[in-house]
Amino acid sequence: MAIFYILLLFMIIAAIIAVETDNLLSAVICVGAIGFGGSLMFLFLRAPDIAMTQIVVEVLGLIILIRATIARDLTFISGDREFFEMVVSVVIILVIFLAGVNIFRTLPDFGTPVFAQTLGAASQTYIREGLQKTGAANLVSSVILDFRGYDTLGEATVLFTSVIGATVILRKNCRKAVEQKEL
Amino acid sequence: MKGMTIIVKTVSSWVKIFIFLFGIYIIITGHLSPGGGFAGGVILASSYVLLMLAFGGEFAQKNLSLPAASRLDCLGALLFALIAVLGGVFGGVFFVNFLYQKYLPGTALHLVSAGTIPLSNIAIGLKVGACLFLVILVLSVFRPDISGNKQE
Repeated sequence: MAIFYILLLFMIIAAIIAVETDNLLSAVICVGAIGFGGSLMFLFLRAPDIAMTQIVVEVLGLIILIRATIARDLTFISGDREFFEMVVSVVIILVIFLAGVNIFRTLPDFGTPVFAQTLGAASQTYIREGLQKTGAANLVSSVILDFRGYDTLGEATVLFTSVIGATVILRKNCRKAVEQKEL
Repeated sequence: MKGMTIIVKTVSSWVKIFIFLFGIYIIITGHLSPGGGFAGGVILASSYVLLMLAFGGEFAQKNLSLPAASRLDCLGALLFALIAVLGGVFGGVFFVNFLYQKYLPGTALHLVSAGTIPLSNIAIGLKVGACLFLVILVLSVFRPDISGNKQE
């Protein structure tokens, strides 16, 4: 259990540094540290699938962000915070924190989810009958591609749409410029 | 400004093929061991990103050009939708695992098992790999066209 608290402390410190630092590059690196801490946490929680995806996506995202920060000249952030805005945000964070503490008290203990106690819950059915119903040894893959295939289809659609958006916005020449060049 | 030093170029030209093979392995054995289409696709994309960082954007575009990447992306999405529709045609229900239930049960824990799940993994891997490579290529090639604005 101690390893989770150490990792959590590490991630919180990295998050505070990422928000508070003036240098944009070190903020990006701190965001990467949070992601790697999260992937280590998934690994210790015995979820290798999601740990693998998290670490790979984190590396790629870090490369994109570092390239984006180095290429631009905006590496330093300046400007002071207003007193009133700071007080308001601290009060809001405090209220959310107190509400969160009360909500977490009502949750079941760590490692014993509600669905494990409910009879006929969907997740228990997946664990019991996943192998004979889909034939896949990896239960995670049988859930995301067979039982919950619609979710994956929606996720693929989201990715596809976002890529179309990025390519359309960031293309080199718009159609108008090409037509003007031809004229 | 054409890429990095010769040390980085040599090492990345050695390593890139292993990263690519590892991505293919993760995709193909996605129904047996941890991994799957998404993680494997990101690894495939990262092998091309390594190429792009070491040798420059033009070299990577020579290997996998922007139109080719977008075609691969569309191909992956179409394949995944086709597998879903084929479930409707052969199994009666949209997205049903018709291969496992009717035609090719296979043996559990073998490579040929689980019906449409490996095929879906391959489609998603193709899609995610091409799509992330496309995003990074577009983001790195893109420069604000200041000269074009001045002419107007």
